[in-house]
Amino acid sequence: MATEQDKLLEEVTNREYQYGFHTDIEMDMLPKGLDEEVIKEISRRKKEPEFMLEFRLEAYRNWLKMESPDWAHLKIPPIDFQDMIYYAAPKKKPQLESMDEVDPELRATFDKLGIPLDEQKVLAGVAVDAIIDSVSVKTTFRETLAEKGIIFCSISEAIQEYPDLVKKHLGSVVPPGDNFFAALNSAVFSDGSFVFIPKGVRCPMELSSYFRINAMNTGQFERTLIVAEDDSYVSYLEGCTAPMRDENQLHAAVVEIVALDRAEVKYSTVQNWYPGDKNGKGGIFNFVTKRGICKGDYSKISWTQVETGSAITWKYPSCVLMGDHTVGEFYSVALTNNYQQADTGTKMIHLGKNTRSLIVSKGISAGFSQNSYRGLVKVSKRAENARNFSQCDSLLLGDKCGAHTFPYLEINNNSAKVEHEATTSKIGEDQIFYCNQRGIDTENAVGLIVNGYVKEVINQLPMEFAVEAQKLLQISLEGSVG
Amino acid sequence: MLKIKDLHAKIDGKEILRGINLEVKAGEIHAIMGPNGSGKSTLAAVLTGNEAFEVNEGAVEFNGQDLLDMAPEDRAREGLFLSFQYPVEIPGVSMTNFMRTALNEQKKHKGEDPLSASDFLKLMRDRKKLVDIDSDLTNRSVNEGFSGGEKKKNEIFQMAMLDPKLAILDETDSGLDIDALRIVANGVNKLKRSDNATILITHYQRLLDYIEPDYVHVLYKGRIVKSAGKELARELEEKGYDWIKKEFEE
Amino acid sequence: MVKIAEQDTSLLNLFNESRNLIEKDASPLVNQWRTKAEEAFRQLGIPSNKVEAYKYTNLQPWFKAQYAYSFSENGYQGKIDEIFKCDVESMESHTVFMVNGKFIPGSNGNVLPQGVVIGSFFELAKKHSHIVEKYYSKIAPVTEDGMVALNTMYATDGIFIHVPAGKVVEKPIQIVNILTGEKDLMVNQRNLIVIEENAQARVLFCDHTLTQSRFVINSVTEAQIDGTSNLDFYNIQNQHNGTIQVGGYYFNQEKQSVLNANYFTLHTGIARNNIFARLGGEHAENHISGLYLIDKNQHVDNFSYINHAVPDCESNELFKGVMDDASTGAFTGRILVAKDAQRTNAYQSNNNLLLTENAKMNTRPQLEIYADDVKCSHGATVGQLDDNALFYLRARGISKEEANILLRFAFAYEVIEKIQMPELKEQIRELVEKRFRGELDKCDSCVVCGQVDKRGLSCV
Repeated sequence: MATEQDKLLEEVTNREYQYGFHTDIEMDMLPKGLDEEVIKEISRRKKEPEFMLEFRLEAYRNWLKMESPDWAHLKIPPIDFQDMIYYAAPKKKPQLESMDEVDPELRATFDKLGIPLDEQKVLAGVAVDAIIDSVSVKTTFRETLAEKGIIFCSISEAIQEYPDLVKKHLGSVVPPGDNFFAALNSAVFSDGSFVFIPKGVRCPMELSSYFRINAMNTGQFERTLIVAEDDSYVSYLEGCTAPMRDENQLHAAVVEIVALDRAEVKYSTVQNWYPGDKNGKGGIFNFVTKRGICKGDYSKISWTQVETGSAITWKYPSCVLMGDHTVGEFYSVALTNNYQQADTGTKMIHLGKNTRSLIVSKGISAGFSQNSYRGLVKVSKRAENARNFSQCDSLLLGDKCGAHTFPYLEINNNSAKVEHEATTSKIGEDQIFYCNQRGIDTENAVGLIVNGYVKEVINQLPMEFAVEAQKLLQISLEGSVG
Repeated sequence: MLKIKDLHAKIDGKEILRGINLEVKAGEIHAIMGPNGSGKSTLAAVLTGNEAFEVNEGAVEFNGQDLLDMAPEDRAREGLFLSFQYPVEIPGVSMTNFMRTALNEQKKHKGEDPLSASDFLKLMRDRKKLVDIDSDLTNRSVNEGFSGGEKKKNEIFQMAMLDPKLAILDETDSGLDIDALRIVANGVNKLKRSDNATILITHYQRLLDYIEPDYVHVLYKGRIVKSAGKELARELEEKGYDWIKKEFEE
Repeated sequence: MVKIAEQDTSLLNLFNESRNLIEKDASPLVNQWRTKAEEAFRQLGIPSNKVEAYKYTNLQPWFKAQYAYSFSENGYQGKIDEIFKCDVESMESHTVFMVNGKFIPGSNGNVLPQGVVIGSFFELAKKHSHIVEKYYSKIAPVTEDGMVALNTMYATDGIFIHVPAGKVVEKPIQIVNILTGEKDLMVNQRNLIVIEENAQARVLFCDHTLTQSRFVINSVTEAQIDGTSNLDFYNIQNQHNGTIQVGGYYFNQEKQSVLNANYFTLHTGIARNNIFARLGGEHAENHISGLYLIDKNQHVDNFSYINHAVPDCESNELFKGVMDDASTGAFTGRILVAKDAQRTNAYQSNNNLLLTENAKMNTRPQLEIYADDVKCSHGATVGQLDDNALFYLRARGISKEEANILLRFAFAYEVIEKIQMPELKEQIRELVEKRFRGELDKCDSCVVCGQVDKRGLSCV
């Protein structure tokens, strides 16, 4: 770790958002705007079975009746939903038989991002599903995984090849009418990942999706579904980047996780969408619904997120603890700088008996940003012996930013034990001076202390991504000190 | 090595140092003693650049450079080390990472290459042995959850790692049991060379049983009122500070 | 757009029909706010649980029933101070009575320091127009909260306290709020407290019900606490189950002032306290605490909002609750640290015990911080009595029941400790113990004194 740490400190010289390039790829696009015809066209182009079209239309009709949520501590400029493109796919739709068939431009894009699609060069033990503008372009290691009965493919393929599985689980955790952005996603999503781990199988490698927004004026709506059958285990990671553009782009994803008896799912996110420039111009609006259900007894879902990107983040990865003895965890680092706004947290819904949940949230605010933790712990009447502990800390760098904590504790059972602690502080001048006296300048001292502050969360990430996440934090804080 | 000329400093408008004059040469050990509130710790803070204090008069030269003009980290990189009276806890930052960063900053400052991971670990093992420090201290976060004695030992370990030209030990002996005091003193003695120097700030003479100073100065009301050899320390131990106060008041 | 529920419309109609009666002989400075309040109420209405601040207390159903509204008289003819006593043992006080929201002349005869005024808001608002002009409706958020708007539309009487600069009122000022009458009744009581520079006062509100009728009370208290002054404020609520009380307490603190505010909810039906304290001058501090002990199907919701508007202030908040039977508790503690309010210290804690499987608790401790040099923390817990402690006591020969009461009392004691007046502390201590032993429900007319009235008048 020490060498990685060191490398990290040296790479701090990287000043700008380093993933801000865009690639010229011939795209197949629908015109701007949204109505039932557009939805039918998306479904037609994707050659979907009838049930999918119905699913989409139901969601769309729900969405029409809904209003954009306004309870978050966010200033959201009005979004014109008719002024964006809902379907954009690379024209040369790659077949997944061989690497050579992937558009070289695309391969170059992912190489630039440091995501190897070539299995020979791949990071040890990580299978990747690469998604550009909501369309999956390449999934690696499919065959290796298939030997164990694991399905890891794009959701479009899953809809074609495993319609029964998809039909059974899609929308079972996040129903089409769940909330404004989830309904929109359900109506128009174009791709995403599908993971199925059969009974008794421990997935031997990390599964990961890399999301890339490339096209202009498009909204990105991907959909991820993970089903873990009895006694299975999987660790899944998503990363995301986007080009630098002056206009805002909408990203409204949905992730659903189903964990059956004794299954364990770890879901990690390193979110690095373009956050906008120093003056708050441009950047991604990130409105994401992530929810997992611990359906079977003794199952466990763990969310870990490192959020450094996006102009606006609205995201509450949640656990519905339905089975008895189930466990939900949420580890989060949310960093905002410049004019970024984040309202993020979790919901832990305790339904079964002897359920446990843990929340560790670390917010870091710098520049002119606003950073809010919003979390719900709900213990239902039937949930005997529920336990929850929440720790929400905020760290402030500078006096122009805001750090807010909005926990909701709703306890309807007297055998519950629920504890919430929160602190807000700044980095102590005495700590900085101590580092200075050892020859470490203030900027590096802040980096060290921030990395120490978030360690509890970063430790939850798979090794390679932990390093990436630390690097990201350091870069995102550039210029916010002194 | 260090030349202090007529140094005045204040905090919140109150003058604490009222004209300090002191010269420390390479190879020397100086002890600065004095009653509580005489300005001993202020002197250490001012020399290392703590911004809570304002220097309103005087000059300090360190190896030919204007010390007061330098940022705290540059003073450290030039070889000035302070063993803090109250070392700060920095949760989450491991000692190893902390030391590695500090050491490599110093190397960068000198235009040298950073140490490789294995060389660094070797150096750390070596220094730990030299100052007789438990190996698990370095696996923990900086000073977090350390006992008072462990914190002081940790300061001496850092001193061994950074190999300063001038080390200031600010009441490193206070609150230490006799075993810890011995470890601290041994460390300081082992690190002593002809090309470095040490200033010991202390209230009691006990530390001086283990570290022999070349000069002893008495600080009182922000001025050095008496300087002599090591015998002065013993005299202070026997008679207390009252006679100094009396002599000075008269 | 907020929809106006039916009862809101009828409250608007009643207001328009009765405006002449409401405004008759009242201070024009009070009357001039009514139109603005009406406009605000038309927008806001009675808050439902759709309003974020009222998420855990939907007030709308409680305003649906029919209530009498008395515009001129308080509906009580007898001499209340002769038949109802609410004295704290061995504590001398300046005691005044309010019946159904209206001031009853006559006091217990203790002489007030010169210049100190305690009396009817209706009368004194006319006499002290400069004070009304300066503070009335300036501290409570008339246009932001439907309940304050409603109160401001209908406000006629209440208590008026003015302590001029430098004056110290040593004996506590006790206001005994009594609700009585044969008809179900709605009351909008309006209080104004002004503690001028370097002055001090202790104010005690005791809330009682004397008859079985349903009461809906919507009271608003505005308190101005000037520089270097000191206000101790206590609210003791002991009302019957059919009471619905929304108490709005709005404090504005200037530099170096100190506020202690303590809320004890010992018995009631539905209670909602809105406790707002604005720290508007440097080095001001406040200590706000609450204890709610509820059972049956009672509901208590304490909503507090501490606004650190300037640097160098400190706030401490402690609310504790014990929920028995099918009662529901709620707490919201919002701490706002404004931009540039550096060196703020704000601490908050909310602890709750749920005693039965039907009891519920919803708690929202919230920090909203826009300055960087701050020390803020909040904590909230919901749980049960510690089994280990219970066992330890029983192993020492204490019965299970007694051990339970002992531990509950130990839990509550931290809040009682905050009371500054020893006599009152002792009295509350006894009452809380009685409450835990189930002895208070039979009700001895008044929680504070525990006396039974000779003529059989007692709270229910």
